[in-house]
Amino acid sequence: MSTVPAALALRNDAPVLARSPARLAWTRFKSQHLGYVSLWIFGVLFGLSLLAPVLCNDKPLLVRYEGHWYMPLLHSYPETTFGGDFHTPTDYLDPLIRKHLSEDGNFALFPPVPYRYDTINYYAIQPNPAPPSAQNWLGTDDGGRDVLSRLVYGFRVSVLFALALTLSGTLLGVVMGAIQGYFAGRVDLTLQRVTEVWGAMPELYLLIIFASIFAPSFLLLLVLLSLFGWLGLSDYVRAEFLRNRQMDYVRAARALGANHWQIATRHILPNSLTPVLTFLPFRMSGAILALTSLDFLGLGVPPPTPSLGEMLAQAKGNLDAWWLSISVFITLVLTLLLLTFIGEALRTALDPRRELR
Amino acid sequence: MSAIPRATREASSQTDAALLRIEALNVDFGPQRVVHDLNLELRAGEKFALVGESGSGKTVTALAILRLLQGATVRGRVLFQGQDLASMPERRLRGVRGRDIAMIFQEPMSALNPLQPVGQQIAESLELHEALSRKAAWARAVVLLERMGIADSARRVQSYPHQLSGGQRQRAMIAMALACKPRLLLADEPTTALDMSVRAQILALLDELQREEGLAVMLISHDLHLVRGFAQRVGVMQQGRLVEQGATAEVFAHAQHPYTQALLGSLPQRDVEPLAPRAPIVLHAERVSVAYAQRGSWLRRRLHKVVDQVSLELRAGETLGLVGESGCGKTSLAMALLGLQPMGEGCVSLDGVELAGLDSHGWRAARRRIQVVFQDPFSSLSPRRNVEQIVAEGLNIHEPALDQAACRVRVVDTLRDMGLDASILPRFPHEFSGGQRQRIALARALVLHPSVLVLDEPTSALDISVQQQILHLLIRLQREQGLAYLFITHDMAVIGAMAHRIAVMREGKILETGEALALLHHPQQPYTRQLIQAAGVTSS
Repeated sequence: MSTVPAALALRNDAPVLARSPARLAWTRFKSQHLGYVSLWIFGVLFGLSLLAPVLCNDKPLLVRYEGHWYMPLLHSYPETTFGGDFHTPTDYLDPLIRKHLSEDGNFALFPPVPYRYDTINYYAIQPNPAPPSAQNWLGTDDGGRDVLSRLVYGFRVSVLFALALTLSGTLLGVVMGAIQGYFAGRVDLTLQRVTEVWGAMPELYLLIIFASIFAPSFLLLLVLLSLFGWLGLSDYVRAEFLRNRQMDYVRAARALGANHWQIATRHILPNSLTPVLTFLPFRMSGAILALTSLDFLGLGVPPPTPSLGEMLAQAKGNLDAWWLSISVFITLVLTLLLLTFIGEALRTALDPRRELR
Repeated sequence: MSAIPRATREASSQTDAALLRIEALNVDFGPQRVVHDLNLELRAGEKFALVGESGSGKTVTALAILRLLQGATVRGRVLFQGQDLASMPERRLRGVRGRDIAMIFQEPMSALNPLQPVGQQIAESLELHEALSRKAAWARAVVLLERMGIADSARRVQSYPHQLSGGQRQRAMIAMALACKPRLLLADEPTTALDMSVRAQILALLDELQREEGLAVMLISHDLHLVRGFAQRVGVMQQGRLVEQGATAEVFAHAQHPYTQALLGSLPQRDVEPLAPRAPIVLHAERVSVAYAQRGSWLRRRLHKVVDQVSLELRAGETLGLVGESGCGKTSLAMALLGLQPMGEGCVSLDGVELAGLDSHGWRAARRRIQVVFQDPFSSLSPRRNVEQIVAEGLNIHEPALDQAACRVRVVDTLRDMGLDASILPRFPHEFSGGQRQRIALARALVLHPSVLVLDEPTSALDISVQQQILHLLIRLQREQGLAYLFITHDMAVIGAMAHRIAVMREGKILETGEALALLHHPQQPYTRQLIQAAGVTSS
């Protein structure tokens, strides 16, 4: 019985000893400075963009008015609350309201950028699109909306869309590839033909047709793009499964009596994920680009939604408003570049031939 | 040695000309030194063997002679007929490669260009080095192949590598190497990829060619038997150092270095306990056949029988050696017994339970009674699971009632039986050597306490000293747990040391079965005799 505590005591020093392939890959990834820093920058940017309602909003975070506290972010207050004339929701950018809020004993804490993506600056001094100024740091677009705010929200939409599309495409691709590769033979042959037929469908025309039948929305786009996004990946997963199912450790697991599910998920899948992981950042950048181009063509998300593609289209329509094109261009290039750097570092990290330095 | 004055060196080269003299050779791959300070001399017409375990630097030394290493820093002098190959310009060295020094490799399939007929590949070096016309070169190629003992050589020169057998390919490689009558032949494990009986033929061929052409041969091998019969002198390498060299007979009789002694001592010694009388039969197979569907049209499938009506039985505590060359169906038979390969016909019973009538549930329960250990310890463990997960898998499947702590106790106990420490539980396969991995694979199979263990060439991928340890472990486990082994191998030395009974398999059929020693000493079939002779196993 003395073996029990000895065996259980192991758990404490386990993390020191264990150098799992995943941990090794992570160490290798961290040694790729460019990629690692890119991951951090991308993570911080995405984190900030998730906080967009607090950072870029036309409502103050906190208001003290005549001895009372107000939280305009959470509640909607009529203008009369702050000494206005109407019962409509308050427009906090209204000079009258601002004046009331800045009187003695009152104050309003505004976000750093006091505009939402759809806030129209009615009080701009210059005609729209207005060049960068103290009010609108990156200027306004042709609808009088703040460019910086739209960029932040647009980035958020793009990355969220890319994450969702990557996730659904990867899941579908892994499942389809796994089924083909694991069962091989007739199943593989049949599904391969089905994928080929499916892949031969004109994706862009389908999108155009669907965009004219249904009101284009975030979800519709996601579903449509997901239906085709898995095709390329499933081939890689299939090939990995075909290779790994022949390995001795899989035969050993079969000899132990493991069932199909256990063999596929415990033994083959973890060893087949290298192409999946390597492609993740590139799939993300591909998805961002896809959404941007669809928006640019007007087939993407509906108008009030902030989107990089729609801003690009505006920039094309207002070539003299240089701040539009330059800011969108830089945002897009930076995002795609960061993802590419991350992807390259990941590819190096997952390459087993690279030795740890 | 390197301090000998020039005058004396020249004088000595006149008396017994050293064809190749390696002085203070060092090879580094980045920070890692793979060859340390190697000094070696080879006389013209000498048969020298360089022996060592994998990773000892034998192949790197051979490649360094011809400067074929990429990404390595090579220092030292390599004098060939008095010229230093290490400092020779690349253009002149190209003239030496192939013409004066030729090399043959382990795997002839990958060393030959698959898209060219072998004749063209032989003729190419003749055209290059001897400036023969295409027609003359082809004619020489035919003659060469004929000399290599390839029948119907006039037709065979037109063959592509995949159309030749392994032995024929190696012969073609040798023909290619010898086309320009080199002075020195570097043979890097030339027979390792070949079957036993073919090995002997290739060596005999090399021996004969060496005698007739008077060329020097440097044979690189890990196989001591092979070297003993072939070489006049041996050098033993360990971790990049040449630890011992001398005349073959002397080294084998009085090894000086402890490593050489260890290598020699690791030739398998027979140490099996006689079988208990009336031990129960644990595995009984009758008229088992395995057939693969051959490529054909969808409607007309032809069946290719790889195992043909084989019957065998195995008693508790017994080792049945299943011997045969590659492709004889021994692995297919084992996979069929394990249920990993659909059986065409026949019936198998395990511990008295007939397997044919079982439903999938009963099948799974029966599975734990028969387990398997594979040849390659590097592919038989999933790289992304740690030792505990690997060994505990069988318990999770067959004894789901066991809680984690109890499971861990069983795993630790089994590992301890294999001579492994409990501290390795959280570690991953890539951190272990081949021998340790094979122990982990054994633990995975034995944690369920099976009654039959199928060992599919369990030691073939291991170095000879490690091989010996694993064999000892297997014998000890058999003694303690009364395990029955179905031991599949092509290595007669190993099977002679391990088996109670031996079954010789050829082309899907069992040729003969018998008590191990009786069969080894008095084989009934000519094929068996041939196998035993080729292996060079002398009676012990």
